[in-house]
Amino acid sequence: MSTAANSESHHTSCGWLLGLRSWWRMLIICLEERLAYRSDFALGTVMRFLPIVTQVFLWTAVFAASSRTDIAGYSRDNIVAYYLLTMVTRAFSSMPSLAGGISRSVRDGSVKKYLIQPIDYVGFLLASRIAHKLVYYIVAILPFAAVLFFCRGYFPPAPDGLTIAAYILSLLLSFLLGFFMEATLGMIAFWFLEVSSIIFAYMLFQYLLSGHMFPIDMLADIPTGITGVSLADVVRLLPFEYTAYFPAAVWLGKITGWELVRGLLIEIAWLVIMIGVCRFVWWRGTKRYSGFGG
Amino acid sequence: MYNSSETKSDRIIEVNDLAKEYRVYDKPEGLWASVRGLFRRENRIIHALRGVNLSVGRGEFLAMLGPNGAGKTTFLKLLSGIITPTRGTARVLRHLPWDRADDFRRRFALVMGQKNQLWWDLPAAESFRLHQEIYRIDPARFVKIHDELVDMLGVSHLLGQPVRELSLGERMKLELIAALLHEPEVLFLDEPTIGLDVVAQHTIHEFLRHIQKQRSVTVILTTHYMKDVAALCERVVVVTHGSILYDGSLEQIVDRFTTHKVVTLDLENAPAPGEMERFGFSCEVHGPRVSLRIDRSRIADVLPKLLSSQQVRDVSVEDVPLEEIVAGLFRGAENRQAGTDLKQEVGAV
Repeated sequence: MSTAANSESHHTSCGWLLGLRSWWRMLIICLEERLAYRSDFALGTVMRFLPIVTQVFLWTAVFAASSRTDIAGYSRDNIVAYYLLTMVTRAFSSMPSLAGGISRSVRDGSVKKYLIQPIDYVGFLLASRIAHKLVYYIVAILPFAAVLFFCRGYFPPAPDGLTIAAYILSLLLSFLLGFFMEATLGMIAFWFLEVSSIIFAYMLFQYLLSGHMFPIDMLADIPTGITGVSLADVVRLLPFEYTAYFPAAVWLGKITGWELVRGLLIEIAWLVIMIGVCRFVWWRGTKRYSGFGG
Repeated sequence: MYNSSETKSDRIIEVNDLAKEYRVYDKPEGLWASVRGLFRRENRIIHALRGVNLSVGRGEFLAMLGPNGAGKTTFLKLLSGIITPTRGTARVLRHLPWDRADDFRRRFALVMGQKNQLWWDLPAAESFRLHQEIYRIDPARFVKIHDELVDMLGVSHLLGQPVRELSLGERMKLELIAALLHEPEVLFLDEPTIGLDVVAQHTIHEFLRHIQKQRSVTVILTTHYMKDVAALCERVVVVTHGSILYDGSLEQIVDRFTTHKVVTLDLENAPAPGEMERFGFSCEVHGPRVSLRIDRSRIADVLPKLLSSQQVRDVSVEDVPLEEIVAGLFRGAENRQAGTDLKQEVGAV
């Protein structure tokens, strides 16, 4: 009796370990594949810095034109530091061509491979995205470090250890949240074959509501029609701000104490919800899949 | 039915009344029609498979023949669990394929002509190693099977090259290896020799035959090429318009659907015009070579007369080519598409 139970538990732990091993192998393969394309990465990294230059010029002009020294709690230096920090967050949370890649694999039928092999497609996508990011960081770390070093004058003094830990946690969570949101978006292709316009609309919202375009604090004065509730309050309940604004604001000391804990809890809640939604959409989608493309 | 002597437990694949319908939108031509299409779309139902019954025993090598759009690939997609049926059931290795249980997925493989399981930008060896992990193949076993398969197909020099640099035939061989590493009990092959040259086709035939014999894998193969069928399969299922038209042995197809044999004569001299026609059979004359289609029941009767009336250097008596028989079957189905009666009639013979 006890041996049977033992062998059973041994079996499941082995299964789990084997699952991890095959996942590791996927990660290695994805790394090798990504390294085959390192040149586009180098170019992509440089291109990432261009929009930020225009943002800095824009805000310099805004501050010069008004007599104020701060806008929604951000000084001119703060703003530059904020944009640089959102760039760091985006390096974790943005998922170039993830949704598009999933919808393409549904359209051209290459998703079939993951239906017939004993493999978890979402787990596979996650491994491949981690590989994608790791290769990106290897290439991007030098230019990032250089820019942050040259711009060190814009930053306030570094926060304490606990805040840094919260910052790193929020960055890792932003990676996972970004991943599951965009993976779910791509799986809409099971229902509508052409999802590029949906992806475009999502990107637009994401750009506005994530804090990528301006800090969420600037929405604090915009009323929603409900007394005492500003647009910023609404946006803070949505998942978008965690993919750009939140970690940056944590580093700059805009979010502290109880607010920080609450923010992290909301982020974790969104992550759990999005994992569930992603799984559900995959399950429903593959049920109605009609195996296009031969 | 065919092979009914086998016991029930040997049935690896059981298919009952399996049907699949697709809903498609007809995209009308012209700008105005396209604008109207934004608001109202015309649905059309395509019956890819109309209630198929089939039972396959362990170790059978079965060929599915049919024109394009007959439902062959849909059938394989259903049995692989890629899509779910509109009606009916199928059991493969006692699993409902579209439940996609891992236990099921570890025990079968599907090779689709041009669609690759291999990673395009990486050497095949990497894909094989990934298969070892995802199919949880014991390392020692993996090496043994891997080396055996690579040896048999003579592809050891290709393993280190990115797959995208390989020729179609080379890729196909590596695809087959990838599909067989985990020693599947059931193998589905969707047009495995499409677009390959004769040598590659032959290699793949030899390989499949050997593997199937050695491991008693149950194989279903869809194809357009009669060569594949003649080389590999004892059992043939002919599918047209989503229904099974014929299910039986290859020889029986010839017996059942041909009434003629082809007699070819090599004469000393080209015959005078009209001379051969007097025997009353359709004939083709190419110089001194004459082919006649003679009713099977009259061969014994006619052949001596033919031989004695001409100066004959050589003679051969052959069945009508398989391609022609099958093409005839397809055409027959085309002409009588309305009738399920045809299937019953054929089944009753």
